[in-house]
Amino acid sequence: MANQVRISRFLSSISLKLKTIFSEKLSGDIIFKIITAFVVCNVFVILGLMVFEIGGSSWLSIETYGLRFLWGTTWQPVPPDPSASPSFGALPLIWGTLVTSGIALLLGVPVSLGIALALSEYAPKRFTYFVSFLVELLAAIPSVVYGLWGIFVLIPFLQNHVYPPLQSVLGFLPMFQGTIRGPSVLTGGIVLAVMIIPTVSAISRDVFAAVPRSQREAISALGATKWETSKVVISYGRSGVIGAIILGLGRAVGETMAITMVIGNSFNMFSSVFDPGYTLASIVANEFTEASSPPVYISALAEVGLVLLLLALVINIFARLIIWRATRIAAGAEMI
Amino acid sequence: MNYKIVAYAEAIALIAVIAGFAMYSLYFASGSISLSGAGATFPAPLIQKWTEEYYQMTGVQVDYEGIGSGGGIKQHSEKTVDFGATDPPMTDTEFSAAPGTVHIPITIGGVVIIYNIPDVPKGLNFTGEIIADIFRRNLTNWNNPRLATLNLGSTLPSAEIIVCHRSDSSGTTAVFTSFLSDENDVWKTNYGASKVISWPEQTLGGKGNPGVAALVQQNQYSIGYVELSYAIENNIPYGQIQNSAGKFVQPTMETLGEAAALSSLTLPVGDQSWASVGSYFNLHIVDDSHNGYPITSFSYIITYKELNTLPDMTKEKANALTWFLWWILHDGQHYASGLSYVSLPQEVVTHNEASLRLITFDGQQVNDWS
Repeated sequence: MANQVRISRFLSSISLKLKTIFSEKLSGDIIFKIITAFVVCNVFVILGLMVFEIGGSSWLSIETYGLRFLWGTTWQPVPPDPSASPSFGALPLIWGTLVTSGIALLLGVPVSLGIALALSEYAPKRFTYFVSFLVELLAAIPSVVYGLWGIFVLIPFLQNHVYPPLQSVLGFLPMFQGTIRGPSVLTGGIVLAVMIIPTVSAISRDVFAAVPRSQREAISALGATKWETSKVVISYGRSGVIGAIILGLGRAVGETMAITMVIGNSFNMFSSVFDPGYTLASIVANEFTEASSPPVYISALAEVGLVLLLLALVINIFARLIIWRATRIAAGAEMI
Repeated sequence: MNYKIVAYAEAIALIAVIAGFAMYSLYFASGSISLSGAGATFPAPLIQKWTEEYYQMTGVQVDYEGIGSGGGIKQHSEKTVDFGATDPPMTDTEFSAAPGTVHIPITIGGVVIIYNIPDVPKGLNFTGEIIADIFRRNLTNWNNPRLATLNLGSTLPSAEIIVCHRSDSSGTTAVFTSFLSDENDVWKTNYGASKVISWPEQTLGGKGNPGVAALVQQNQYSIGYVELSYAIENNIPYGQIQNSAGKFVQPTMETLGEAAALSSLTLPVGDQSWASVGSYFNLHIVDDSHNGYPITSFSYIITYKELNTLPDMTKEKANALTWFLWWILHDGQHYASGLSYVSLPQEVVTHNEASLRLITFDGQQVNDWS
């Protein structure tokens, strides 16, 4: 009895809502609101489906290998001994992904920030339009083209003219020792650096351009040089710049085609940046199409995808925390 | 105002495109017979050429998708295509999952050893044993005495061998490593034979034949393996390999053809399991002296002996399919050499003719070509 009352009350509240939507205010506003709400829901649906699907297909591998998958260092879908079971461990892939993305940030971010500053602070307007256009064009180049450029232009150049002197100068560090290989972790990092420059520099430029004129005028009025003004601009736009770097990092971590073509695809825990390596995304690109048997093989590749997704999530959360802290410090500074 | 005009123009253009596409697909769907196939990427360019020529001649539309041998066998077993294509024959497990499968060899492939040593031309001699030791990085220098004694005519430099291999899962790797496993016991116990291998450290992986070829061409003192047609078309130096008769054989259309002809002595009946043929031809069974290239294999089209087990199969389509297969085995073979494929020797064509005569629709032989 009580249930029926509750249900009827619930139904009447729904019909009331529908009435307000349809009779009273069926204006463009409401319709637009519904449409946008629907579009936003798609984000959850798509992400949810993705996690559900990848999680579902990697379940077999998660069950079989558990957490060992994360720190295992062998990848043997079809062991030489037919009676042995296949073994999968993703640590060298995670290592390769982190190191190449790290190199990409190390090389790409300073260049990107330089471009952004030059465009927003120094360059004449007409020049700015032209360079911005070129930078955005860089972002539109398909990654397979970057890969081909890496193979046929960058690798021969680096191998002959850059790596040998680099090794002779920095060879005392363990990470610059060993035989020099053209397709290597460092080459992969350099290609990724070029690929993240458009993203990071375009967003940073917009962030710098959004710094209020009053800030620039205030610091200039205190007698600051152009460079000192730029420093204020950077610190004012800190959270936006970090956001730009995170987007760039996202691209570097998930990049597949270009990195597969230049990293050397060698499954090992490399210790030198001149060694060939492997990344999470590359192994999926390389092996997914023919991974028909054993069943756990395709599941392990799906789990690699899951690890990639989680890695992106962790990076994003980490970045949010940094931005949150940075903005809090900035807010505090303003109060003083 | 201007925006409105643009919007109208866009709408009209969109409608025109959709209408055009609809008419295009209607045109192709109407009346003409179409067949579908999917599988191995190695014969894909040749099959593409066949489908074009055959469409010109007969109006029968054959669509082929190069998705890989594994995918070809899968789609064939699930009966989502009219024919599949695969480089290795189906294993016994795969065969029992798709009973009534007929194997039809359509062309011949060979895996060749390519290398890049300055001033050393093509034709270095290798044995299977030595190749395996190089690829497992046990023999690491070009001036190793074992290599030198095989190549008395050439001066090999003292340089580290850079090993390049396929990084993607590949039938070429399966053929190559099956050969290495048979020739070298250490290779067999440590690396085995499969489409993906846990290669030793410090080796370079490239995606596809082009990837391996680029690695070898860019890295001096490197070695790798690719399909013969790829080495010929890109003019990359390749080596000679010792065969079961003890001869060092250069991979050519003739030596690959000879290996295939020798294998035809032991080929199974079309509708039996072909697993025994293996990833490459075992020429050790041949007693007398021969010039067959040791790493040679077939590429197959697979379909069903009783075509009515396929959904959407009609008597007309069955007739068209068997005629298409008959044509590629005869006139179609002339297109092979132009695309650097090896055409089938007469012995294998004869064997295939018998297999095609086994094919039935509703229990009745589709064609006897008498």
